[in-house]
Amino acid sequence: MIRIEHLVKSFGPLEVLKDISTEVGTGEVVAIIGPSGSGKSTLLRCINLLEVPTAGHIFVGGVDITSPKCDILKVRQNVGMVFQHFNLFPHKTVMGNLTYAPMKVRGLSKADAGKIALDLLEKVGLSEKAEQYPSRLSGGQKQRVAIARALAMEPDVMLFDEPTSALDPEMVKEVLEVMKALVKTGITMCIVTHEMGFAREVADRVLFLDGGYLVEDAPPDVFFTSPKSDRAQQFLEKVL
Amino acid sequence: MKLDFGQIMPSLPFILNGIVVTLRFTVLSALLGFTLGTLLSLLKISSVKPLRWFAEFYTSIFRGTPLILQLALVYFATPQLIGYRISPIEAGVFTFSLNSAAYSSETIRAGIMAVDKGQREASLSLGVAYRPMMLDIILPQAFKNILPALVNESIALLKDSALVSTIGVLDLMRRAQVVAGQTFLYFEPLIVVGVIYYVMVMGLTQAANVLERRMRRSD
Ligand SMILES: Nc1ncnc2c1ncn2[C@@H]1O[C@H](COP(=O)(O)OP(=O)(O)OP(=O)(O)O)[C@@H](O)[C@H]1O
Ligand SMILES: [Mg+2]
Repeated sequence: MIRIEHLVKSFGPLEVLKDISTEVGTGEVVAIIGPSGSGKSTLLRCINLLEVPTAGHIFVGGVDITSPKCDILKVRQNVGMVFQHFNLFPHKTVMGNLTYAPMKVRGLSKADAGKIALDLLEKVGLSEKAEQYPSRLSGGQKQRVAIARALAMEPDVMLFDEPTSALDPEMVKEVLEVMKALVKTGITMCIVTHEMGFAREVADRVLFLDGGYLVEDAPPDVFFTSPKSDRAQQFLEKVL
Repeated sequence: MKLDFGQIMPSLPFILNGIVVTLRFTVLSALLGFTLGTLLSLLKISSVKPLRWFAEFYTSIFRGTPLILQLALVYFATPQLIGYRISPIEAGVFTFSLNSAAYSSETIRAGIMAVDKGQREASLSLGVAYRPMMLDIILPQAFKNILPALVNESIALLKDSALVSTIGVLDLMRRAQVVAGQTFLYFEPLIVVGVIYYVMVMGLTQAANVLERRMRRSD
């Protein structure tokens, strides 16, 4: 589903991603972990071109999204993203948040978009909040709405950038539950997270980034019990 | 000193009709000015340098010269330049729109910059194109932030609109002068339009407060 070849990303003189190559198969769930500033967010944001790669290629569903001929908007429709700070549209209701892009971008009718939205709200357990404005929701509810909003575009890939890091501890679980349910649907997922237990439980593979390098790329059992690199060992000692 | 409002009573309807002229002029100039100001603000935050330069240059011209000079230039120079006999009201609306575009573009630019950049990222990540993103997501939030500033801008426009009396538009101010000329009373007609301007400005301020409160309800 996603193939990354020799990806390099620089901000001016600062090289943040250094020659990253990996693949994410269809339906695979990949956890991306690593210390702060290692380039996790940047890697994720390259996959939907919120950051433009400096060099290398990224293929999503067989399409080279780094090619100048590629229709970026089309790629993004197919790749949902969930942010640490939710980024809901504050001037739209929950329903408005969920139906806006499907209507505007995919051209669905209000009725069709509404049906998809209500269905998703039920799945994330927020049917009764449909007409509320985001400011009336708790952090956990906001993030579940944000997940539903991304899913409303019916993407093939979902990207999560620390979806629980901005939440109060008691709200982390409800969001992780929604994500676990999502894993069962077989959608391809890339998740930047500090929730090691969650990563170990749901991920098919763990990518460990450090200083812009992809240092480890292994199944969670291997990574969490016997990481190859010293850096990963040190990191795990600190966080586990 | 004696005041004689009685003598100008017959002229009162004539003066009151000026309210419509002044209000229509102000609303039209504000709408055109803010629309143009929005476009200018988009140029100012564009990544294309020449567009930014143009917008900055435009703003500096209108901020760096007196409004009454701009008005005179447009009104008196247009016929000479392109042979079109521009009417006073056209010249007024044209000048005031261009002028308020220059000022409001700064405000609107600041309003756009103040919208959380996560809003842009969320829109982009959903595949929303630049235009709908601006129109539906960014600008509504930007305008909400700067509503008080835009109301102030409109109030300034309302008061400055009295300048068009100098090129012969029959607005409130001009009508006061006409009545003064007919009755040889200056204080009374000027006081009457002064009160009218004051009431309109207070009304606008009040309306803005109500609007702001209503908009804040969604926060
Ligand atoms: N737009 C930008 N301009 C300049 N430097 C940037 C930009 N975005 C990120 N960086 C830098 O790139 C490096 C990697 O950032 P990134 O956000 O990808 O790290 P991260 O692994 O997600 O960290 P965290 O766990 O703190 O979120 C950091 O040094 C950061 O300062
Ligand atoms: Mg990050």
